[in-house]
Amino acid sequence: MKNIILTSGLALALGIFQASPSWADLKMGVAAEPYAPFTSKDASGKWVGWEIDFMNALCADIGEKCSVEEVAWDGIIPALQAGKFDAIMSSMSINEERRKVIKFSDMYYNSAPVLVGAKNGDKDFSPEHLKGKIVGVQVSTIHAAYAKKYFEPKGATLKTYETQDQVNADLAAGRLDYTLADGVTLDDFLKSEQGGCCEPKGAVPYDVEIFGVGVGLGLRQADGALQAKFNKGIADLAKAGTFAKITEAWKLTGKLRLPQAN
Amino acid sequence: MRWDWVPDYAAALAHGLFITLLVLVVSVFLGFALAVMLALAQVRGGMISSFISKCFCNYIRGTPLLMQLYLLYYGVGSLFPLIPGVREHLQWLVRLDAIYYVLMAFTLSFAGYEGEIMRGAFLAVPRGELEAGEAIGMSGWQILRRIWLPSALYKVLPTLAGEVIGQLKSTPLAFTVPVMDLMGAAHKVMQDKYLIYEPLLLVACIYLVLTWAITSGFSLIERQIPSRRSV
Repeated sequence: MKNIILTSGLALALGIFQASPSWADLKMGVAAEPYAPFTSKDASGKWVGWEIDFMNALCADIGEKCSVEEVAWDGIIPALQAGKFDAIMSSMSINEERRKVIKFSDMYYNSAPVLVGAKNGDKDFSPEHLKGKIVGVQVSTIHAAYAKKYFEPKGATLKTYETQDQVNADLAAGRLDYTLADGVTLDDFLKSEQGGCCEPKGAVPYDVEIFGVGVGLGLRQADGALQAKFNKGIADLAKAGTFAKITEAWKLTGKLRLPQAN
Repeated sequence: MRWDWVPDYAAALAHGLFITLLVLVVSVFLGFALAVMLALAQVRGGMISSFISKCFCNYIRGTPLLMQLYLLYYGVGSLFPLIPGVREHLQWLVRLDAIYYVLMAFTLSFAGYEGEIMRGAFLAVPRGELEAGEAIGMSGWQILRRIWLPSALYKVLPTLAGEVIGQLKSTPLAFTVPVMDLMGAAHKVMQDKYLIYEPLLLVACIYLVLTWAITSGFSLIERQIPSRRSV
């Protein structure tokens, strides 16, 4: 009797395995914390955002099935290298430091890093002016690297947080004077009730060595074929005007620099 | 394995270790003092103080420390500035460093757990010992200091060692509000260098050494106990 139960249980388990839909061909690593309007979850727990729409369009174009794999932002590169998923799709900027460890696809969007601070009319945001001020940044972002290079040597104090949401909460609570982050995501915060505290001070001077050339898909060094595939897909979408369409759908027209058809 | 980053991050790791030890030592000592009061309130206090103490211990033991820390830092901490005038006149309160919230949360947490343990320990001290104290004319305070507390302490020492180790292993939660403890320093290496195993291995060794130090410290104290433990 025991054996029958065991075998039928095994058969059932195998049956479930066989009946389950085939695994998605490509897994995209997305930072689990919300990063609206690029990647965040709606009320039902479904991933939505500009990047999710981009992913669907890209994967349709290159004929792959893609799924989202959630991962903590601060471990996203090691997780890619450990093979937990195939590509990082999490608004990761292409820069030299990261290029040392991973490969990138071509850029699929770019936006300006903006300094935001308390609403007090003081629009001066030169590094000298930030002396003695507290600047909050999300850990291991290009913004953290920029603040470390330009603000800290001039006497600003840096505080690093795990997520940008936490930075924003502390900015609204008055614990921080400024945050440096992506202009588009900060727009979302400034429009919220909490964001009423604050105003954009302006886009900081662009340092291409830190900010890089825009956001790309992060890939393992060995995945050259996948890189070529993604790049072709990005070029196809640019030609088809898909980027403009998605950007319009998310009301971001004019705020993002997008790949151009050539 | 790459270890070339160690010299660059030695200072950050040392500072992280200091923060970890600070959180551990402060929360254990202050928390334990508070725990004794909580336990006394339950075994000797009136109905109201006993009820409050019971509620507090149940709240602490019934909710995750991470949530308590968030409630203090992102909850209470961000309510201050909403009180009119605070943002302008009490800048220091608004700007209070996250470490104080961490110390507070960890102290309260340790107090909640130990309060419950000490309650049991106080009750486990034979009535006769206390009555003997009364009989020779000791005041309530003297009985507590000379008989009740030491006797209860001896009983919980082995448990206490485990609790302190548990507290040590909770300290990485400090990094969830911006406090760079030992684990936070390891995080920094991971993020800057994209290394995972090496920094984790290093801090794992440091935590092991700390745990070893705590257990040896406690067994040293246990050996000092004048009375034999009755089983």
